Amino acid sequence: MTGQALLEVEGLRIDLSVNGRRYPAVQDVSFSIRRGETFGLVGESGCGKSITALALIGLLRNPLSIGGGSIRFHGQELLDLSPGGMRKLRGSRISMIFQEPMTALNPLSPVGRQIAEMFVLHKGANWREAERQAVEALARVRVPAPERRVKDYPHQLSGGMRQRVMIAMALACGPDLLLADEPTTALDVTVQAEILDLIQELSAAQGTAVLMISHDLGLIANMCQNVGVMYAGRLIEQRAADSIFLTPRHPYTQGLVASLPLLGARSKFGRKKLKEIEGVVPPVVAFPPGCRFNPRCHAATDLCRAEDPVVTPLPESGLVRCHYHD
Amino acid sequence: MISFVLRRLLQMVPIILAIAAVIFLMFSVIPGTFVSSMNDDGRSVMDAEVAARMNKEFGLDDPVYVRFGKYVGQLATLDLGTSFRTRQPVTTVLADRMWPTAQLAFASMLFAIVFGVPLGFIAALRPGSWIDTISMISAVSGLSLPKFWLGLMLMYVFALVLGWLPSFGYGDGSIRYLILPSIALGVAPMALLARTTRAAVLEIMNADFVRTARAKGMSEARMVQWHLTRNASVIVLTTIGLQFGTVIGQAVVVEKLFAWPGLGSLLVDSVTLRDIPVVQGAILVIVLFFLLINTLVDVVCAIIDPRIKYT
Repeated sequence: MTGQALLEVEGLRIDLSVNGRRYPAVQDVSFSIRRGETFGLVGESGCGKSITALALIGLLRNPLSIGGGSIRFHGQELLDLSPGGMRKLRGSRISMIFQEPMTALNPLSPVGRQIAEMFVLHKGANWREAERQAVEALARVRVPAPERRVKDYPHQLSGGMRQRVMIAMALACGPDLLLADEPTTALDVTVQAEILDLIQELSAAQGTAVLMISHDLGLIANMCQNVGVMYAGRLIEQRAADSIFLTPRHPYTQGLVASLPLLGARSKFGRKKLKEIEGVVPPVVAFPPGCRFNPRCHAATDLCRAEDPVVTPLPESGLVRCHYHD
Repeated sequence: MISFVLRRLLQMVPIILAIAAVIFLMFSVIPGTFVSSMNDDGRSVMDAEVAARMNKEFGLDDPVYVRFGKYVGQLATLDLGTSFRTRQPVTTVLADRMWPTAQLAFASMLFAIVFGVPLGFIAALRPGSWIDTISMISAVSGLSLPKFWLGLMLMYVFALVLGWLPSFGYGDGSIRYLILPSIALGVAPMALLARTTRAAVLEIMNADFVRTARAKGMSEARMVQWHLTRNASVIVLTTIGLQFGTVIGQAVVVEKLFAWPGLGSLLVDSVTLRDIPVVQGAILVIVLFFLLINTLVDVVCAIIDPRIKYT
């Protein structure tokens, strides 16, 4: 194990197969997460955040597959693990929370049983013991009257409650790494804060590192120590959370920060249109040559259109992938 | 739960009444009566006076609405009338024929379920594999084979060439007589069940909660056992219920072909002779059977799926 790193991703590439051709949906992604750290992954929809997380937990399905690179967890190469070995890690050491709590739970099974499955699978508990532990797990995520709620079916619970069930399930076996893929996107704003607090509090208590995926910069800024910004399958800037939002270096990050609405801005500066980054993320099969952001970049030059920028370390620590980062 | 079942049973009453009315009106507008169909053999000549007397005797000279009124009155006392042909109560005629048809329907559905559901399941677990291809090709061909042709081929191969099974008839009621007609009748629902099962399993394989199950570190076998089967069974059970109706409807062809003494062949004979009370009675029994099976399926689905409310 090198230093404090729990997870080290290096040069990760994820291929998308379309009619026998393979296109890199994620390319050259490297980052590492320390024990107990909360690492944020930001970017627009379709830039490869979710499939990066799925790759970490070994759940990529056709037409997506890992095309290269390395994922080391506790110093062990996950890509070399057998499917059975990977399965043992899933849920017990690495677990995941998904975006849609509405559909992520089995509609025909009581939630208590779905949590209990974790203890049966990974702790070798019998069902009665597991059901008892499920009640405790629900109590930990602050679901009221957990001994009654365990018998409820998912459709009887609200979105926030279901996401609590998901969290209870994901943290049931005290994993080292929690992958949270936009866990609050589908929830009410008031519920969002509670769910985030819960994730933060419980992961801190267990020493669980969190990979928080979101397109919500405010959320990432609040929760994470380090942030990676993804664009079109690449990490384009990676820095400490407190500095990246103050002095974003990559034009894309600058655009993201500038597009945030500022509370009270209207009374101060008058009515203005919100800034946006024009255009959309290019589809995987049609990434532009050169820097992938160049068609949408306000400062793009011929160099940007011709040559792919390399990852450059910044003087104040952090990495950026831009020809004109200074 | 019990009130749910009772309510479902009560809902059947208006359906049956509506169907009774439709059948009654249908047979009062189609040309030909029992009396005229007796004349149709081209040999006997019936004199008009006799015909009028017979019509009066069967109550066929009244206007439609009067006859309908009488008919509904009879139904209310569970009396299905008297057969014109045999002069027996319709209930007696039907009682003799019901059991063979029920046997045939259950046997062919059993065949369809035992082969169709596993076939579709295996196909879905290995989409694109040779098993998938073969099972889906056979499913499509099974759906498109005409039943009478299939029946004839079965007779030819298993009765005539191999001599393993009797070619037609009910015989002494032993299972040997049941095999060929139920295969002829069961191939189409088997094919449909295979396809439905495959589609249902594939759909659930891509569901979010299956991804959750995998993320929990569940093996594929456990995932299928704990999460997939129950979810798929709701869809498959509903299809089975609906297929029962189709099977009974198509039993008419198979029963005629195999000289099976069931409701289907009775229905065909009675329609030809315009033996209206028997026709109406037979159709009502078939409808009732279909409704009962589907109510049963609904109850089972409601037990499996907690989202179905007992209302």
